[in-house]
Amino acid sequence: MAKHYGRGIAAVNYPTGMNLGGDPTQALIFCQPTGGFSVKLASTDLGQGLKTVIAQIAAEALGVPFDSVIVDTGDTDSAPHCMGTFASRATHRVGNAVIMAANEARKALLDVAAEEMEAAPEDLVLENGEIYVKGAPERKTNVFNVALAAHFKYGKTISGRGIYLKQKSSLDPETGACDPDSTEAHATTVAEVEVDDETGEIKVLRLASAYEVGRQINPEMVKGQIVSGAVMGMSHALMETVFPYYPALDHHTYSFGEYIIPTALDIPEIESVVLEYPSSNGPYGVKGVGEMTANSPIPAIVNAIYDAVGVWVTDLPVTPEKVLRALEEKSLETH
Amino acid sequence: MGVKQLGIVGQSVKRRDGIGHVTGQTQYVDDVFYTGMLWLKMVRSPISRGIIHGIDTSKAEAFPGVVTVVTAKDVPNNWYTILCLIGVEPNDEPVLAHEEVMYFGEPICAIVAETEAIAAEAAGLVKLDIEELPPVLDMEFAISPDAPAIKKWGNNTFMYDGYNHRKLRFGDFEKAIQQADHVIEGDYSLSPIEHAPIETHCCVVKPEPDGRLTVHSNTQALYFTMDNTAIILQVPSQRLHMIGGTVGGGFGGKVDVITEPITCIAAMKTGRPVKWRWTREEEMRKSSTRAGVKMHYTDGVMKDGRIIARKVRSLEDSGAYHRHSPYGVQKHMANLPGPYTIPNVWVDAYCVYTNRQPSSAMRGFGVTEATFAVECQMERIARTIGMDSWEIRLINAYRNGQMRPVRKVVEDATLIETIQAAAELIGYELPAHLKAMSSDDYAGNGGHHG
Amino acid sequence: MESITVTFKLNGKTTAVAIEPLESLRTVLREHLHLHATKAGCGQGGCGSCTVLVNGEPVLSCLMLAALADGQEITTLEGIGTPQHMHPLQAAFFDRFAAQCGYCSPGMIMAAKALLDKNPHPNRAEIAEALAGNLCRCTGYVTILDAIEDVVTQMQEA
Repeated sequence: MAKHYGRGIAAVNYPTGMNLGGDPTQALIFCQPTGGFSVKLASTDLGQGLKTVIAQIAAEALGVPFDSVIVDTGDTDSAPHCMGTFASRATHRVGNAVIMAANEARKALLDVAAEEMEAAPEDLVLENGEIYVKGAPERKTNVFNVALAAHFKYGKTISGRGIYLKQKSSLDPETGACDPDSTEAHATTVAEVEVDDETGEIKVLRLASAYEVGRQINPEMVKGQIVSGAVMGMSHALMETVFPYYPALDHHTYSFGEYIIPTALDIPEIESVVLEYPSSNGPYGVKGVGEMTANSPIPAIVNAIYDAVGVWVTDLPVTPEKVLRALEEKSLETH
Repeated sequence: MGVKQLGIVGQSVKRRDGIGHVTGQTQYVDDVFYTGMLWLKMVRSPISRGIIHGIDTSKAEAFPGVVTVVTAKDVPNNWYTILCLIGVEPNDEPVLAHEEVMYFGEPICAIVAETEAIAAEAAGLVKLDIEELPPVLDMEFAISPDAPAIKKWGNNTFMYDGYNHRKLRFGDFEKAIQQADHVIEGDYSLSPIEHAPIETHCCVVKPEPDGRLTVHSNTQALYFTMDNTAIILQVPSQRLHMIGGTVGGGFGGKVDVITEPITCIAAMKTGRPVKWRWTREEEMRKSSTRAGVKMHYTDGVMKDGRIIARKVRSLEDSGAYHRHSPYGVQKHMANLPGPYTIPNVWVDAYCVYTNRQPSSAMRGFGVTEATFAVECQMERIARTIGMDSWEIRLINAYRNGQMRPVRKVVEDATLIETIQAAAELIGYELPAHLKAMSSDDYAGNGGHHG
Repeated sequence: MESITVTFKLNGKTTAVAIEPLESLRTVLREHLHLHATKAGCGQGGCGSCTVLVNGEPVLSCLMLAALADGQEITTLEGIGTPQHMHPLQAAFFDRFAAQCGYCSPGMIMAAKALLDKNPHPNRAEIAEALAGNLCRCTGYVTILDAIEDVVTQMQEA
C-alpha cells in the first residue's frame, strides 16, 4: 500500500473560429465631438475580458489613448451583428472587425486633420491622440481639436465600419475535405500526480504548460484562461459527471452537493509559459485561447496516472473506484 | 520570435468591468426588476420517454395569483432547431412538448404568476397524462437495428448528406494497416458533464408601448438568439430588442436559445414584464450538457515510431435533440486524427440520439474529446513500442507545409515548439536531435504528402 | 401567509422590512431591498455566492430565513466598499484579475472578509480553507488566493 508518483504529458492543437467558418462579426466606431471613440458591438463578455481586450485593440488601431476608447457592447438596437462568443472566436473575429472599422475612422480623422493642418494626409502621424507632420514634429495638433473641427467647422463624420468573415468552407461528404479553422493555437501540458493504491485517490500535484497563442493582447488575462482551464480540465478528468453510471440515469446530480467541482482547497501548483508566433489572419496575430486551456490537462493527468500505477483508466471521470477496479484487474492478470 | 512590440496591445491593463464586479455594481440579468413583473416556472416531463395523452392545466390556471399558462398551442412556430441559421435540418425539437416527451425534464407548459413561489406551487397542479415508453439510453443500442427509432426520420443518428455519420478519408488506411509493425488499439470515453456557471440561465422580457419586446438575456450570442426567437415567435427580428453582453459564466451552456422564446410569449400573452430564472437543479438536470462520447482508435505504427495509419470510430451522445451536436460532431471529425502527420486516416463520427437531456456546446466540444483520446493514444503507443513520450509526439507532430487529413495544408503550427518549451519549463533535458526540431522543418518527420 | 416585519441593522443602518415568513434573507436583500451585490447561484447552500456577514460570521443568505435576521447585524458587499472607496479586498481582487465573470466575487470577498476580521494573518492554506464553500468556475482560484494574500501582506506592513 503506497502512494505512487507519476508524470504525464499531452500536446494539443486548437482551432480558432467556428468549424468551417461562415461566422461573421461587425463593429462600428464613431468619434465624439471632443475626441472620444465609441466602439459599438453586439458581442458578449462571458468573463474572459472581451470588453477590455477590444478597447486595447481599438486604441492601438486608432492611435489614440486607451482611456479615450469606449466599448459599448451587448445591445442589438445600437450595434450590428455578431455571431456570438463561442468557438474561441471572439477576440479573433471582433478584433479583426474593430481594426477594419478603426482604419476607416482613422483615415477620416486624418483627412480632416490634413485639411486643418494644410498637409497631405499620408504625411501625418497619429500616435496616442497626437497628430504631427512626419519629419516636422512642431507642426502638430491632436484628436480633440480635429474632432471639434470635423463636427463644427467642416461638417465631416469620423466613423468606421468593420466586418470580419471567414467565408464558409464546403465539406466533401465522401472524404471530409474542408477548411475547418482560421488558425491553430497549441499547448503542451505536463501533469504530475500522486495515486494512492489503497484508496484509488488521485492528487494532482502540478500542471505545467507551454502555450502558443499567436499574440497576447493582455497577458494577465491569457494567464487567467490558462490557470482556469487547468483547473477545469483537472475537474473534467477526475471529478465531473452528470450521470455517475452513464449511460444509465441513476444517481444523476441535482446540486453542487453531488456534482463535484474543485474548490480553493483542490488547486495544484500551476505554471505556464506563453510563446507568441503571430497568426497570419488574427488581429495583431491573435489566435483563440479561450476554450483550449481545459483540454491538455485531461490526457496529461490520465497519462500521469498510467505512469504512476500502470493502469489505463480512459473512461472519464477517473474516479477512485475506477482506479481501484483497474488495479484489481491488473493484479489478477499478473497472478 | 520576432513579435513586433506594440503600444497598448500586449499590456496587462486592468479589466474594464473589474471594479463593477468586485463592488457588486455590475448588472446581471437576474438584477433586472420591473414594476408589475410576473414570474415563470416550467412544468417538465417526469419521465425520459413517453406519449402525451393529456395536459390538464385547469387547476393551475384557477390557482390564485396565476395569470396564464403557456402551452404548445401558444407557440407560433413550435418546432425548431437552433442551427437552422447555418442550414442544419430538420426542425426536430418542440419549444413545448405536446405529442411526446423525449427526455426527463423536457418543457411541457409554463406557469406565469404574480410571484415565483405561486408559479412554482401552481406548476405542481398541472395534471399530465403520459404513457411511458422504455427510454433508449445506450448509444450502441441506439444505432443497432433492435432499437426503436426515437427520431421522426426513422433512425437514431443525424443524417449527414445521406450518411448516418461524418466521414474522413485520407490515403488508404486498409492497405497501410497491413504494412504496420504494430497495430495499437484504444478505447476512450467521457461521461456527460455540466457547464456549471455560477449564474444560472435567466431572461427578463418587457413589452414596450410600441409593441416591441425588450429582452434582457444572458445568452452568449445576442443576434443568434434574437433571430432564432423571432423565427419561433413568427415576428420580424426588429420587434425584439436584445440587451445583454454581461454573462456570469457561459462555457457554451448559454447558446441554446432556451429561455428567451417562452419568456417572450409569456410577456406578449400577458402584456406584462416576465422573468424566468433557472434553479440550480434545472441547470444540472434539465439544461444541456457536454455530450457523452465513446471513441475507438486503431493505429498502425512503425518500429521507428511513425504512425502510418489511424482509424477512429466515434459515437457522440446528442441526447434527445440536435441543439449544437450535429455541428459539434463535424468539428470532432476534423480533430479526431490529432495534430500529427499521418498519411492514412479513416474516421467515422456519429451523432447519436438518446432519451437524455440534449447535449450541446461546451468549451471546446468536439475537440476536447478528440484531444483527450489522441493524447492518451499517443502515450499508449509510446509505452507499447518502448519509445520516449516526448519523442513519439515530436517525430509525428505536424509541420508547416504538410497536408492534414482534411486536406488543408498546415500553417501556424507550433506543436513542436510548445513541447520543447514544456520540457524546458519542468527542467527536462530533451536530447539534442529533438531539441533541434522545428515546425518549419517540412521534412523533419519524413512527411512528403504536402 | 400574513407578512411580518423584521428589523435589522443592514450595513450600519437600522432597516425594517415587511417579508413573507418563509422568505430567505437572500430574497429579502435582493428582491425587497434591491441590494443586488449578493448573488443567487444555487439556492441550495452549495456555491457561496450569496455569502453575507451576520454579526460578523459568514452566512449563506439563501439558507437563512430572513425572519431570523431580526435584531441581527447584516453586512453585504455594498456595506464594505464602493467603486470610489473600495475595501482593500475589493481593490486587491481588481488588481489581481481575481474577478472574471464576477458572479462569485461578492461571496468570495465576504468570505475573505470574515476570515481576515478574525485572523488577520492567515497563511495560504488557511485562506483556501475559509473559501472552500465558495465556488468559482472561471478563475481556478489562484488569482483569488493571490489577492487575499496581498491584503494580508498589506495589513502586516501597515
